[in-house]
Amino acid sequence: MSFKKLAVLAGVAALTLSGCAAAADDTASEATSSTEETTAAATTEEMKDIKICVYTHGDGGTFWSVAQMGAEDAGKDLGITVDYQGSSNDSAKQASTIDAGIAAGCNGIAASAPDAGAIEQAMLAVKAAGIPTVTMNSGSDVFKDLGAFTHVGQDEIVAGREAGYKFNDAGMTNILCPIQEAANSGLTDRCAGARETSTGTVSDFNLDGGLADLTAASAKIKAALEADPTIDAVFALNADIAAKAVLPAVQDLGRDIMIGTVDMSEDALNAIAAGDIAFAIDQQQYAQGYMSVVLLYLNVTNAHSLGGGLPIYTGPGFVDASNVAQVQALVAAGSR
Amino acid sequence: MMSNLSDERVSQTSIATRMLRRPELGALIGAFVIFSLFWGFDTTGNFAALGGTAGWTDIAAPIGIIAVFVSLLMIGGEFDLSTGVMVGTSGLLAGMLVTEYGLNMWVAIPIVLLFAAAVGFINGMIVVRTGLPSFIVTLATFFVLRGANLAVTKSLTGTVRVSGIEEAEGFDSAHAIFASRLMVGTSSFQISILWWIALTILATWLLSRTQFGNWIFASGGDKNAARNAGVPVDRTKVTLFIMTSLASAFVGIMFVLRLQGMQAGQGVGMEFFYIIAAAVGGTLLMGGAGSAIGASIGAAIMGIADIGIPYALWDQDWRWTFIGVILLAAVLVNTFIGNRAKGAKR
Repeated sequence: MSFKKLAVLAGVAALTLSGCAAAADDTASEATSSTEETTAAATTEEMKDIKICVYTHGDGGTFWSVAQMGAEDAGKDLGITVDYQGSSNDSAKQASTIDAGIAAGCNGIAASAPDAGAIEQAMLAVKAAGIPTVTMNSGSDVFKDLGAFTHVGQDEIVAGREAGYKFNDAGMTNILCPIQEAANSGLTDRCAGARETSTGTVSDFNLDGGLADLTAASAKIKAALEADPTIDAVFALNADIAAKAVLPAVQDLGRDIMIGTVDMSEDALNAIAAGDIAFAIDQQQYAQGYMSVVLLYLNVTNAHSLGGGLPIYTGPGFVDASNVAQVQALVAAGSR
Repeated sequence: MMSNLSDERVSQTSIATRMLRRPELGALIGAFVIFSLFWGFDTTGNFAALGGTAGWTDIAAPIGIIAVFVSLLMIGGEFDLSTGVMVGTSGLLAGMLVTEYGLNMWVAIPIVLLFAAAVGFINGMIVVRTGLPSFIVTLATFFVLRGANLAVTKSLTGTVRVSGIEEAEGFDSAHAIFASRLMVGTSSFQISILWWIALTILATWLLSRTQFGNWIFASGGDKNAARNAGVPVDRTKVTLFIMTSLASAFVGIMFVLRLQGMQAGQGVGMEFFYIIAAAVGGTLLMGGAGSAIGASIGAAIMGIADIGIPYALWDQDWRWTFIGVILLAAVLVNTFIGNRAKGAKR
């Protein structure tokens, strides 16, 4: 029997059994969740005491503040407490925060897993304490090893592949892929995905620290474009990099270069509306935050383990000239 | 005629005054105040209990281990800005030795420590031979290592992280000694806390009970006078740089075992936290005075804030602001208490 079928059967069996078991399923014998309980049917009073914790590696910038807003909005909509902590790319800090989540009274923990090995022990300790977990944003192929029942996010390689197709449709042959966070393997995955499907060449370009100094980043990209006049497209991996570093460089040079990016910002969308940027891949991080909370909430209150043992994808969605107007208002409000 | 006033030079100082003159006291008072603050705002009920304590000591220990040796170096009159990135370099090196070259973890660890000692030695030798400010020299080392972390990792593994350490020989035993957990009641404490306490005791003993400790104070206080008095200032400083690098490598090894790998950017940015912890603990930035226990208290304060803020359900972005306010307040309090205790006019 294939592993998928086995997993689905196991999921159905688990749901059936927990349905029969009804009330107290508090299995936490080693660790205490002092103020909250994890009963299957919670009263309204108890619902306000439910605490879902979202512990990511995020840095509070344009991208992650939207994910945070999604998680916190879910908390408000459901009437529960949500604790969001971002570790600014520090795996050790994220591991410590997840460990501390047990004593912090979290009833469910969602974590991003760009480096699964780093948080593995912490996530397994959380699971052993009887607290359900999901992964979000990164970790679509490792969530099971971490004891999570599903993953909410976008697969970076899939996103890269789709971008590769877009560049193929436009006939691009030489694509530059600037990587603005050298230690982020999700970014390298995007370039790798594009390389898989592109009929031309995709070259990685080191732009580490680009977000901290966009003017310098722009100068570096301009230099790279000047060095190779055959480059006809740039696959930027961040909306600020695309709109504030790549676009000025391309406009300075006056060459006809197609720009595609990942994630959105107000400036990037304006550029799409103006025809300067071709597309933005939207991984819908608001939904990553929102759905993580909802999935854990359903698990805590009604013992649902959704996803069927597979990841739940929030992207890639594409924003281009055809749908940009709709999305612009939402980005300006900070929710996309 | 006999004066009725006793000569102030032979008057007894009260125990209270003697205590207040110790640099750690301001830090300890600060730690209690901050702890009480977060206890008051705690929403979980666990902050002041075992669970919360396990949380903040987990964060404080790796900061404290390095901060105590950074404080020794600062008392000796120098700075080391390469400590944060050295944590990453040593973790990556250990990881690459075991995964790319198949070494046993127990062979990789001494190699990494030797490497760190060599970097510390180079830092120290450049500072004492050229007379350049250590701030600049170690800043240069920081950039050199930062670039190497990325470039070497990428060229050897093709990615920006080292992983799969848990498959290596010797991993389990090394993990048990440097990165395991101890259950106290229902809470699990990291073993790094025991190492932190042991190294704090070691550093304090070095500083207050050995001749080397005297040399540290002398080198930082006035290195020319010290040299004239026969203190081997250069040797002392080089030894101190070796110690900060070793402490950083130690934490790097602990991290790579706990995280079962390491990413190339780990540790960058932490160097200022170690200096802040030392300053909060009463170590003067100009050298010549300070305390290793104080640095540990400073590290504890950081851990308390890092756990207290989420437990209070505050926005964790305030963490940075908090650290800044603590730093300023701690230095002011230390100076104020110190001046009063020494009888200085305001």
